[in-house]
Amino acid sequence: MTEASEPTEPTEPTEPTQPGQPRHRSLTGTFRVKRGLAEMLEGGVIMDVVDADQARVAEDAGAVAVMALERVPADIRRHGGVARMSDPAMIERIKAAVTIPVMAKARIGHFAEAQVLDALGVDFIDESEVLTPADEAHHIDKWAFDVPFVCGATTLGEALRRISEGAAMIRSKGEAGTGNIVEAVRHLRAITGDIRRLSVADPAERYDWAKRLPAPIGLVNEVAEAGVLPVPLFCAGGIATPADAALVMQLGAAAVFVGSGIFKSAEPARMARAIVEATTHHGDPALVAKVSRGLGEAMPGLEVGSLETRLADRGW
Amino acid sequence: MPGARVGVLALQGSARLHVAAFAELGATPVEVRTPADLAGVDALVVPGGESTTLSLLLGSSGLRPALEDRVAGGLPVLGTCAGMIMCAGEVLGGRPDQRSVGALDITVRRNAFGRQRESFEADLDIDELAGGPFAAVFIRAPVVARAGPEVEVLARLPEGPVLCRSGGVVVAAFHPELGGDLRLHQSFLERI
Repeated sequence: MTEASEPTEPTEPTEPTQPGQPRHRSLTGTFRVKRGLAEMLEGGVIMDVVDADQARVAEDAGAVAVMALERVPADIRRHGGVARMSDPAMIERIKAAVTIPVMAKARIGHFAEAQVLDALGVDFIDESEVLTPADEAHHIDKWAFDVPFVCGATTLGEALRRISEGAAMIRSKGEAGTGNIVEAVRHLRAITGDIRRLSVADPAERYDWAKRLPAPIGLVNEVAEAGVLPVPLFCAGGIATPADAALVMQLGAAAVFVGSGIFKSAEPARMARAIVEATTHHGDPALVAKVSRGLGEAMPGLEVGSLETRLADRGW
Repeated sequence: MPGARVGVLALQGSARLHVAAFAELGATPVEVRTPADLAGVDALVVPGGESTTLSLLLGSSGLRPALEDRVAGGLPVLGTCAGMIMCAGEVLGGRPDQRSVGALDITVRRNAFGRQRESFEADLDIDELAGGPFAAVFIRAPVVARAGPEVEVLARLPEGPVLCRSGGVVVAAFHPELGGDLRLHQSFLERI
């Protein structure tokens, strides 16, 4: 990582800040700890849920985490108006219902919503374009938080800008709530394609990359040398079938977020289970075929050209 | 065994990082997703991840009986975090339908330190590892609540044991695959 992203480690363990808290826990919120949770979720499926019952269905089906939100993106589209952070009471009910990590969304730039989610003890915050942005110039300074953040990106430059702000995970945005995989594929290919092209750039060319992306040169150099982002790259937005999950995993996603695709399908529990299997065994077409049989209707899809609002355009 | 074929259970979780670690040490890492993958390995790593998900996928992939057979036959196993939970004889705070493999006689408490905001790094004293304390990363980590008489405790925190060994099975509540320190991987490899 860049200098700024290195965890700052005190030379001596600090004294406990709360009575009874062992000193071993003094090094919380380091970048290694934040990115580590993202790495533990690799190969898994993170599912959007709107209540405790759905959260239990998701956990039963093998979700590695749930995203607690009041309306899935398909309903946010239909409902219109301003979409905000969810009710803390609803997030707490979901936390109480499952043993897996619970994520929640804050609006872009709305650091006070993020502070509330942190206070609630959520395991990951999604600074999300699915909600209505609160700031049209600034994203949240994610270094200021102990809780890890995931942010959406459509390009390598956007991904590196979010990482420079402290994001511990990147998800390609896709177009949430459409059940249409085309934008997810576009964004994943844009990010992984540019990483491949950057990895053969000579040192002088990297400065030009930094200007064009635009992104900090330290991160550009790091990606050029490692050939991967410095944090895990997941995929979101438009995954509606097991084959969609297998597609994006083969295109280089380390894990998938499924929003409306599960609970807007005809048989959510079976669809959830099938997408979990297809994500793990994405390289085994016979298995993907087997789990795809007789799942009933997937969520109704939307043509991206017909959308009034392109959520993926939010983010700067 | 330096060139050992080390299987890494790749159903979900930090398999990629364990594969990289064993490749760097000169072993031959093999991703394991099916019973056929498991057949040819000299040892197995059960990585970090979500133990509820791993438990489910172990069942659906047909790997559970194959793995239980190999474990009963003395297969060396390294389990980290969720992998420790999967190796345990008994799990507290898990789901009722969650099943472990029972590779060693320990009882493990899930999420023993709390949620992600309580996840932490700590320097561990591990007597048998030369070269100073081990920088261990604990993520929503479990702890050993009870260790059977055959189990050696190699490192502990005030909450309980966090590194244990029984025969060829080594389990850690933390993530040696995250820290860049490969001494635990090396010592596991040497004992295969």
